[in-house]
Amino acid sequence: MTQIKTMATKTTPLLEVKGVTLTFKGIAALTDVGFSVEKGRIVSLIGPNGAGKTSILNCISGRYTPDSGEIYLDGQDMLRLPAHKRTGLGLSRTFQNIALFKGLSVLDNLMVGRHHLIHYGLLSSILYHGRAVADEAAHRRRVEDVIDFLGLSPYRHQAAGHLPYGVQKRVELGRALAAEPKLILLDEPMAGMNLEETEDMARYILDICEEWGATVLLIEHDMGVVMDISDKIVVLDFGSVLAQGRPDEISANQDVIAAYLGTEDATFIGR
Amino acid sequence: MHGKCGLFFESYRAEAAVFQTGFQRTCLGLFVALLLVCPLVLDSYLVSVLNLMCIAVIGAVSLNLLTGVCGQISLGHGAFIGVGAYAAAQATLHGVPFLAALLLGGGAAALVGMFFGVPSLRLKGIYLAIATLAAQLILEYVFLHWESVTGGSRGLMVDPPQLFGFAFDNERKMFYLLLAVAACALMVVTNVMRTRHGRAFVSIRDFYLSAEIAGVNLFGYKLAAFGLSSFLAGVAGGLWAHYTMFISAEQFNITLSISYLAMIIIGGLGSVVGSVMGAVFMTLLPEVLTASTRSLTGIFPDIGSQLVALREGVFGLVLMLFLIFEPEGLANRWRLIKAYWKLYPFAH
Ligand SMILES: Nc1ncnc2c1ncn2[C@@H]1O[C@H](COP(=O)(O)OP(=O)(O)OP(=O)(O)O)[C@@H](O)[C@H]1O
Ligand SMILES: [Mg+2]
Repeated sequence: MTQIKTMATKTTPLLEVKGVTLTFKGIAALTDVGFSVEKGRIVSLIGPNGAGKTSILNCISGRYTPDSGEIYLDGQDMLRLPAHKRTGLGLSRTFQNIALFKGLSVLDNLMVGRHHLIHYGLLSSILYHGRAVADEAAHRRRVEDVIDFLGLSPYRHQAAGHLPYGVQKRVELGRALAAEPKLILLDEPMAGMNLEETEDMARYILDICEEWGATVLLIEHDMGVVMDISDKIVVLDFGSVLAQGRPDEISANQDVIAAYLGTEDATFIGR
Repeated sequence: MHGKCGLFFESYRAEAAVFQTGFQRTCLGLFVALLLVCPLVLDSYLVSVLNLMCIAVIGAVSLNLLTGVCGQISLGHGAFIGVGAYAAAQATLHGVPFLAALLLGGGAAALVGMFFGVPSLRLKGIYLAIATLAAQLILEYVFLHWESVTGGSRGLMVDPPQLFGFAFDNERKMFYLLLAVAACALMVVTNVMRTRHGRAFVSIRDFYLSAEIAGVNLFGYKLAAFGLSSFLAGVAGGLWAHYTMFISAEQFNITLSISYLAMIIIGGLGSVVGSVMGAVFMTLLPEVLTASTRSLTGIFPDIGSQLVALREGVFGLVLMLFLIFEPEGLANRWRLIKAYWKLYPFAH
């Protein structure tokens, strides 16, 4: 993998984050954060607790509005769009804490993931006629692909809220993937998982990138995984970018070692 | 016994069907047939109870769509029903054909419901409850004081419904009309719930942050839920007006809103079957209590007046016991019973 990424370092970035600053009641959460995510890559955001990793994801997905800065996805200005319209440009995400629709089945959770791709009108819904019937079946077929990929078949019709933790994490990944995103933001998808589940999740992330053609921006505390699967790592500390580069560059970076990798945090598996 | 221990589908469409097995369809057919002969064998008092149930079913399922499915609590449902009642009544009084008047009533209620649904963009839970309570009180005031339209405290006389020259002028005829509309309302809500709009409603209820990420326009869908729910409530109101042939402001007060909330909580939030059960239960309970106090008064004539007072207390008590012992609603109990018999005798 290392060879592939050195070959093409000059591709156009899919996501560009420029000078993003975010404050909460005068307290800076992000200061002048800038980085880019190249198409087809896995980029990891790391940093100690409270460094601002989730905040930057929230700025990208529209939960927070930065005080200043610019965010472009595929050349489109994201900050001008409300959160629900950003999905249509090819953005989807998972949350640090499970954020599933508890009352819906796994299948329906994934179907909601495709909401922005399904277009029939309310009248068609009310009558369950015409486009509604055809579209439901067609999208169901796409959702089944995701279910197969993530091994969710046994849980298909179960309410998401009653599933084991590890499965819920997978369902959330599935919901994000069902949206057919260009860029998928994953906020600690392996948090709280055992070794086997973590390895499966790492495999899924690699496959999402290589087979499903999505670009991945990953937040993860598990350094082993991050070093293994990332094409690029961005290190955040106290709300600003401390360093960014290839995994080998990051693990050799003196600032990073001093601020982060050298401490106990390096092996700490986050919450 | 077909389809009981293994259910396979050959298409996604078959799996999406509301009634999946022949057995279920047969049961439904028998149930409908039973309902259809009811008015022929029951006396007109009992048919009138069935009629009230049909109207309650429409009101309950519409509130359940908003509150149970979309998670937007409303204390203004009674007033939205009232808007439909007055609008439909005025429409027929001005010579609009009954069906069109019913739709107009629904449309008027939908507009009013959406207007008062606007605060839901910002308010959730108890705060939204207060905002919709304000809607209820404002509308009650309008019902009482906009005399040229509502008749004020004198109320409004309405003619029985006429459809293509056929007058629904007794309980029996009314029953078929009300049953048909109730069935339509149930079908509408069932269909919405199994398509993208219903899923979007539930996603807002369960985790609005994720819903937004999936591309659900929160405000748009909340307003749609208010609109659709109020439309059906307005239809229920229109039916109510033409069925009782007299409407007045106090019929659509906060008590009505609360009793509809009680129906969907007792029946099961977010469940169509639950809405029906809650509506049936809440319509039946006062009738049963009245009948039993009447017969008890026959046996103990001296304590008759106390019994009547006791009735209200028992009503509240039954509701309270229900909430304690069946917090998931009747629909959930029904599901558990079905699941038990499906596996019988191998249940464990
Ligand atoms: N909604 C908010 N209101 C106020 N402060 C916030 C809010 N969200 C985040 N913060 C603050 O911003 C800082 C960055 O938080 P953030 O959640 O982005 O950290 P993180 O890097 O994701 O941490 P973790 O590894 O614990 O998930 C923290 O100091 C946090 O307290
Ligand atoms: Mg975080």
